[in-house]
Amino acid sequence: MKSEFTPPIGKISNMNGQCISLIGNDIDTDRIIPARFLKCVNFDSLGESVFEDDRKTLKGKHPFDLEENKNASILVVNSNFGCGSSREHAPQALMRWGIKAIIGESFADIFYSNCIAIGIPCFTLPKKSIEEIQNYCDNQFLFLEIDLKNSLAKSKDSNFNLEIKESSRKMFLTGEWDATSTLLDNKNLIENKFNQLPYIKFNTNFL
Amino acid sequence: MSQDTLFDKVWDLHKVSSLPGGSDQIFIGLHLIHEVTSPQAFGALKDKKLKVKFPDRTVATVDHIVPTDNQSRPFKDTLAEQMIETLEKNCLEHKIKFFNIGSGNQGIVHVVAPELGLTQPGMTIACGDSHTSTHGAFGSIAFGIGTSQVRDVLATQTLPMNKLKVRQIWCDNKLSKGVYAKDLVLNIINKLGVKAGVGFAYEFAGPAIHGLSMEERMTICNMSIEGGARCGYINPDEKTFSYIKNKLCAPKNENWDKALRWWKSLKSDENSIYDDVIKLDASKVEPTVTWGITPGQSISINEQIPLLDDLPPNDKLVAKEAYEYMSFKPGQLIKDTPVDVCFIGSCTNGRISDLRVAAKVLRGKKVSKNVKAFAVPGSEKVATEAKQEGIDQIFKDSGFQWREPGCSMCLAMNPDKLIGNQVSASSSNRNFKGRQGSPSGRTLLMSPAMVAAAAINGKVSDVREFIN
Repeated sequence: MKSEFTPPIGKISNMNGQCISLIGNDIDTDRIIPARFLKCVNFDSLGESVFEDDRKTLKGKHPFDLEENKNASILVVNSNFGCGSSREHAPQALMRWGIKAIIGESFADIFYSNCIAIGIPCFTLPKKSIEEIQNYCDNQFLFLEIDLKNSLAKSKDSNFNLEIKESSRKMFLTGEWDATSTLLDNKNLIENKFNQLPYIKFNTNFL
Repeated sequence: MSQDTLFDKVWDLHKVSSLPGGSDQIFIGLHLIHEVTSPQAFGALKDKKLKVKFPDRTVATVDHIVPTDNQSRPFKDTLAEQMIETLEKNCLEHKIKFFNIGSGNQGIVHVVAPELGLTQPGMTIACGDSHTSTHGAFGSIAFGIGTSQVRDVLATQTLPMNKLKVRQIWCDNKLSKGVYAKDLVLNIINKLGVKAGVGFAYEFAGPAIHGLSMEERMTICNMSIEGGARCGYINPDEKTFSYIKNKLCAPKNENWDKALRWWKSLKSDENSIYDDVIKLDASKVEPTVTWGITPGQSISINEQIPLLDDLPPNDKLVAKEAYEYMSFKPGQLIKDTPVDVCFIGSCTNGRISDLRVAAKVLRGKKVSKNVKAFAVPGSEKVATEAKQEGIDQIFKDSGFQWREPGCSMCLAMNPDKLIGNQVSASSSNRNFKGRQGSPSGRTLLMSPAMVAAAAINGKVSDVREFIN
């Protein structure tokens, strides 16, 4: 394992790091963190179990086991990454292993929301660019500087125009990805909404 | 951009504000919690010194980790025991209604909430579980969330969300004999693909959908997420209302009249605008079985596992992975594939009507000697009903084990697991690598009736040969 884990906090605008490529479409959250590791009341120990079964199957040859990837922090994946179960344990495990940002062809919706909620920006790039990056990573180290403000990733000799939902980009830049306090700012509006909803009125015997 | 669909109406009704970043703050009408994805959320509330804002709008049960053979406490598995204790403590501390084991109302959260009448049309419903889409069967907008979002719903009863697009999936005609909701939804996922629903809510519509019972509709909406759609729903109709009537938490007397008036006004307008519309003919659907490692990799019972060349370019990578993992050869028939374990249960197909259909197949028959078969009712209520109808006895007489309610081997967080590379015929929802508890275990998804047929023959079979 790496140096001690510190969760992201506040504004997130720049990330620099080495890429780690993981090839495959439809990689589901059961694979990212098998269900038996969900028997926990905190997320602390999940990092070491990320991709546990896939890693065991590949006997040390899984990208997350390769010595050259041990300091990587930008995960590069293919399409529909994180499909399946809503377990936040999946991005939590990736984050605790050392992943700080993910670039992929596409992401499953719930996985994407979970990543935002814990401070992992997910960017998309066209299939061709992803494959280009993945091929490059197979042979040599690729370091990227990600500039969230301009949605740009720079390597030594290429630039990539990253895509990210505008609302997500803004949330990272302002720190509002950690949503609780922003949501609570509208305390009165929440109360009003509660009082207006028809079913709150007719469900008076609701438990 | 969709307009005047049920989704648009429910979304607009629940919108609290536009957030600075551009997403909407959405009020969550009903929040369901369970032991796996809530402890860290309560922990975070404590760290942030926050309280649960509307404790009456959250309801808890325990389902994922419960053993199904012996539910006496403390559980043998100390980690599982710690999780249920944590939920008990959190519910007590925050005054949240908790349906515990033995309450008569415990069970899989997506089975329990509808059968209690908690799930109602026009609500927004969230739960830290991807199969929350199930509740859309009642015309609610329901979706799975992660633990940080559970924290936010507890603390604020709201979530920041980007509005989804709406795709209508219109199903014509009706299902033929021996073909069930599970077959239909597997076909929809196969046709559209497992990621087509990303960014969409699915509206299931058409005569084939409205011809289904509420429980069958739940099966359809349950698996929206397997097609990538976080939310799937069906416009409510008379079947919806009569299902809810007289349920424990349903509105009563004059409140029922008020509810009914409102619910009847809730549906997509005839001229509503969808972002996309797909049509399919339900009468063409045949009993369906998955052969691969995603719920989209399915074929009809008499079809062959597709050849690589017959697949679209984007599906080839996962297909190669699937052949290898499942030890299937392209071109091989799925019928007659030997199975080791047969599992009937889960939030997809663990309701009383699922057990009734399977019991009909099993009556007077014996489970093959080579098969371990077990049935797990979706809830204590389902178990009680099955006992009253003698269904448990039909299962037991056939050689099925009859278990206590829980999620069980759908995700294998409890002791119910595949061993080694066993093949399971399963009425659950996911055939992912390792999903059923063994890193090399293999899952074939199918309807409960098809699982029963496979249990009798010890191999994948066409249930239509059993019901004529």
